[in-house]
Amino acid sequence: MTEILPPLLPLAVGVPLLLAALGVALRKKRLARHMISLGTLAVLFVFAVLLVIATGDGTVLVHQVGLWDYGVSIPFVVDALSALVLMIMSVLAIASVLFAMATHEARARFFHPFVLVLMAGVSGALMTGDIFNLFVFIEVMLLPSYGLLAMMGAKLGAHGARIYVSVNLLASTLLLVGIALVYATAGTVNLAELHGAGKEDPAVALAGGVVLTAIAIKAAVVPVHGWLTRTYAMTSPAVTALFSGIHTKVAIYAIYRIYSLLFDGDERFLWVALLITSATMLIGVLGAVGEKTTRSILVFHMISQIGYILIGVGLFTLLGLTAAIFYLLHHMIVKASLFLSTGAIEETYGTGEIDKLGGMLKREPLIAVTFMVAALSLAGLPPFSGFVAKFAIIQATLAESHYWVAAVAVVVSVFTLLSMLKIWTGVFMGSEPADLQERALTYQQRMHGKRYLRVQAQAETPTLTIGPPTATTSAVLAGKQAVKVPFKLIFPAILLAAITLFFGLGAELLMGWSETAAENLLNPMDYVRAVSGA
Amino acid sequence: MSIAIAVGLLTAAAVYLFMQRGMVRIVLGFVLASHAANLMLFAAGNTAYRGVPYIGSGEVGEQADPLPQAFVLTAIVIAFSITMFMVTLAITTTTDDDTEDVEVSPARLLAADRGDTNDAGYFGLTTESGDIVVDRGEDETGDPWPEKTPDTGTASGVENSDPAAPSAATPDTEAPEAETTREGETR
Repeated sequence: MTEILPPLLPLAVGVPLLLAALGVALRKKRLARHMISLGTLAVLFVFAVLLVIATGDGTVLVHQVGLWDYGVSIPFVVDALSALVLMIMSVLAIASVLFAMATHEARARFFHPFVLVLMAGVSGALMTGDIFNLFVFIEVMLLPSYGLLAMMGAKLGAHGARIYVSVNLLASTLLLVGIALVYATAGTVNLAELHGAGKEDPAVALAGGVVLTAIAIKAAVVPVHGWLTRTYAMTSPAVTALFSGIHTKVAIYAIYRIYSLLFDGDERFLWVALLITSATMLIGVLGAVGEKTTRSILVFHMISQIGYILIGVGLFTLLGLTAAIFYLLHHMIVKASLFLSTGAIEETYGTGEIDKLGGMLKREPLIAVTFMVAALSLAGLPPFSGFVAKFAIIQATLAESHYWVAAVAVVVSVFTLLSMLKIWTGVFMGSEPADLQERALTYQQRMHGKRYLRVQAQAETPTLTIGPPTATTSAVLAGKQAVKVPFKLIFPAILLAAITLFFGLGAELLMGWSETAAENLLNPMDYVRAVSGA
Repeated sequence: MSIAIAVGLLTAAAVYLFMQRGMVRIVLGFVLASHAANLMLFAAGNTAYRGVPYIGSGEVGEQADPLPQAFVLTAIVIAFSITMFMVTLAITTTTDDDTEDVEVSPARLLAADRGDTNDAGYFGLTTESGDIVVDRGEDETGDPWPEKTPDTGTASGVENSDPAAPSAATPDTEAPEAETTREGETR
């Protein structure tokens, strides 16, 4: 197993890229595109599971790409952390793609190719053992994201896409500057060779600080979080769920990896991390108070949860890192589940505004249960994975006697629960608004009956006409069917909610894996030895 | 030293351009910023006191480090592609940018140059899907666009026969089921 897997690592990048090209070539074959995309993601998931099993005992798998010698080569390195994150991300991608297929977004010719290129970038970014290569793969991730945003930006318009592209490009440029400084001061960009350089040499530490700052912008840490709330809440739910689990989380992974290797977990800087994470937790959760739509509330919570995940960097103890990695994996699943369950309502009833919804508990009991499971898990109540994650994090902060961080974490948990209750009472309890059905029908017709607009150039004044409505729309408009969320829209959220329940009841399994990953981060010498072949 | 000065000047110019209102200026700012980053990468290869890194042009120790130059090549390609995307964003939309007048939006100017007053960019149209509006061709699923006009009677007029007063907002909502912006999503 450990002999067979390493040479296959570059395939996780190459195969999705090739199949993305194939997907673009298949212009008229929608079904084939769906199959290629889901098939690739499923294979990637199986591959990631194999990697998790292979790295479960702390083994580090290394492949020197092109079989160059250590020091010249660009290595692909997989340890428990990268394998786990890749596994969860491929699950998320599958759920988001299923949701996009249900909303017909995935019918667009470039949707599946973009998702596959995105996943190729994710695989590369998680596996690479070279900072410059990390920069390249982050760009490979971002370019299809720009495309998805521009394509799915029904409400976003180009305004949100501009913010997203500008901020990410600025962060990428800063990352490039940081890499230049690291190379100038340390003479290498290979992570294994850089081991401990930030601890010994202040110049390298400063250069590493520039790199970490750039990555922190991508991870949307307070005070550089504003772009996230202004873009994610405005694109389509499927894309939001996909991005929420991938972009910021790859950046978080990179922060862990770089701090572990370049800085060797240097304790002199930990208080900075704790300060930033506490601010992130607080400001994220307070930002959600004033929001009016389900998705914008959830996006602000995403920021506060990023604070929780990064507490692990600020502690850098075995307990803290284990809890943080568990938290990271749990959070990706739960957040996407929440985005997809509220997104199912949004895509069916045409709005995510809390004031314009109500009474969904009677109307959509299945979504209500799914949302409740994920929301309670996010707030950190038993028996879901969120409880285990939060409990472990707070325990780890207390063990290091950072009482104020633990206090912030508890207070923010209460606020999270309040926010979730706000969505619950606004959307699921209460009475239905009188015009709910009517609004939903109008919306459905707009989205599925009239997907196309064209200008009639012949007319004297340019007018817009709408493409042909489908048979289903006519039936809906005739009032023959009551509006209800179709099961295929709920299924992805249920899938993810089931996983959070599974990880809550079977926390032992994931905790064990997380602990292995934490040990790898704490003792980077294993990583260095594996890469250098010593 | 000359590289350091150049990096400083480029960064200053880039920051100045970021602060401007128009998208095209912001794009130019990013072009300058990526140049600054590339020059820093060059500087990391010790260009100041070393020779060109050609095989056989001297001792290995005397030659500049070729690796940062390879980095720069990669970075140029990436920066170029993103710049293209941003320029596209700048010219394909007219009504979403709250910082610019519609009259001077690049999309409108381009359409006016072509004399194409039927172009969507000309009369400031925002479609809800952000589609570029076409007369015929293929829709997003790849099927050929049906030639016949739908008989659903849901044509919504864009009330601007007068090109001098383009409707900057989404089309008017008088017609039933016309494209209103999705409710409650504007922030």
